[in-house]
Amino acid sequence: MNVELSLFSILLVPFAAAGLALIHQGLGRSRSAAHAMLATLCALAVSAIVFVLFGSAWAGSIGAATHSFTAGGAHWDWLGAAAFFTRGISFDGADAAGLSRSLVLCLELFAVGLAAIIPLSAGADRWRLRPICLSSALLGAVTFPIFAHWVWGGGWLAQLAANFGIPSFTDAGGAGVVQVVGGLTALSVAWIAGPRRGKYSDDGMPAAIPGHNIVQVLFGCILALVGWTGLDAAASVLFYGAGPQQVVGVAINAMLTASAGCLAAVAITRSRYRKPDASLSANGWIAGLVAGSASCAMISPVVAILIGLVAGGLATTTIEVFELRLRVDDPGGAVSVHALAGIWGLIALGLFGHFPQGTRGGHLLAQLVGISALLGFMLPLIHAGNLLLNRFSTYRVDDDGHRQGMDVRELGAGAYPEFVIHADEFVPR
Amino acid sequence: MKLFACLLLLSGFFIVLAALVLLSPLQERFAFVAAGFGVEILGLVLLTQSYKSMTEEQR
Repeated sequence: MNVELSLFSILLVPFAAAGLALIHQGLGRSRSAAHAMLATLCALAVSAIVFVLFGSAWAGSIGAATHSFTAGGAHWDWLGAAAFFTRGISFDGADAAGLSRSLVLCLELFAVGLAAIIPLSAGADRWRLRPICLSSALLGAVTFPIFAHWVWGGGWLAQLAANFGIPSFTDAGGAGVVQVVGGLTALSVAWIAGPRRGKYSDDGMPAAIPGHNIVQVLFGCILALVGWTGLDAAASVLFYGAGPQQVVGVAINAMLTASAGCLAAVAITRSRYRKPDASLSANGWIAGLVAGSASCAMISPVVAILIGLVAGGLATTTIEVFELRLRVDDPGGAVSVHALAGIWGLIALGLFGHFPQGTRGGHLLAQLVGISALLGFMLPLIHAGNLLLNRFSTYRVDDDGHRQGMDVRELGAGAYPEFVIHADEFVPR
Repeated sequence: MKLFACLLLLSGFFIVLAALVLLSPLQERFAFVAAGFGVEILGLVLLTQSYKSMTEEQR
């Protein structure tokens, strides 16, 4: 394992969080901008602390203790069983295993934060700060560690080859572990919080509520590229043994998938609305990055372009389907960009990935098994957890909060105090 | 309806697991996994419909 390369890559990951934070707050309304940024910091902070204290024990790592059972002639390794509070991980560099585990912990610490901020986009302008912290704690302690163990910690999805004679499920950059888990949490939050006030008219037609700062959204895309390259590279090195040459491929493919996703969105929105839509094009960029994460080190540049094109087109078209047909108010398009593009990326890896062994059909089957686990097990678990938390602390802000905006309601002051943006809301009646 | 939808999602997942445990030819496994996905999609549609109708009632 190349320690310097993996450490350098890990340290780039926070740029992805910074990028997503700018995108989320830029796509939201100006009267919730400070709330969106503080919510991002709180989600990062809570998920990091909870993950280090509890989640990392359940996420585990290859070679560490696990909870497992034998059924149907197969060994089902379903949860890590390492010690809580990171006891058992040495940071003194005395042994190679301790160094490897500490690097995995460091990467997963940033990855869980990235997963925790994805749902903020779906709950923008109405999701309260306290339930945001609670939901981030749930993600950091339970939902992320379970799937991270299954895929990156030597769990049953990583052992499909040994147990069932098909290749193991592969997720080189976290398209499933980070993006789809975050995207499904976003779907659950959008369902529970309901649409923003005024989003749908009496006859069910959605109103356009444009983002307030598209410049920050587009700058966030550039920052996200840097962070995504780090995440893909670090995960490929730590979990799939990629070397420096493959990391160069990861960086090239990340740029290509993002570019193709963005250009697909530009072309689609231009053909539909006569002019390119900047916010949907930004979503196409991120969708390309998300889809490319699964196969980052295992595809050629040409295939990366194809994956990005499909991801950009998929995100652009399904955002409208969610808003118009399914009545899911997702201001940042998190469900399409992270969940659907992530699933496409996992399928694309099965279809086009370069693997040293195993048949194409076997790899595709393994990827489908992993996606089925995400939809059939993780989604009900995530949704049940969030429904339970909603009982303790209501996700949706009350009607006064909708009228005032989240900044004034929850923080007591707006992000842009020198501008009177919605005068009617502050004038005494 | 939401509970039923979540149970359908779980059922689809268990069908996929059953395909891995009970079958060995790749084509048969593909068929069973496809069936499991079908059940999961049914659960997703039901869950989406239940929230969609809730949104329409609240309007």
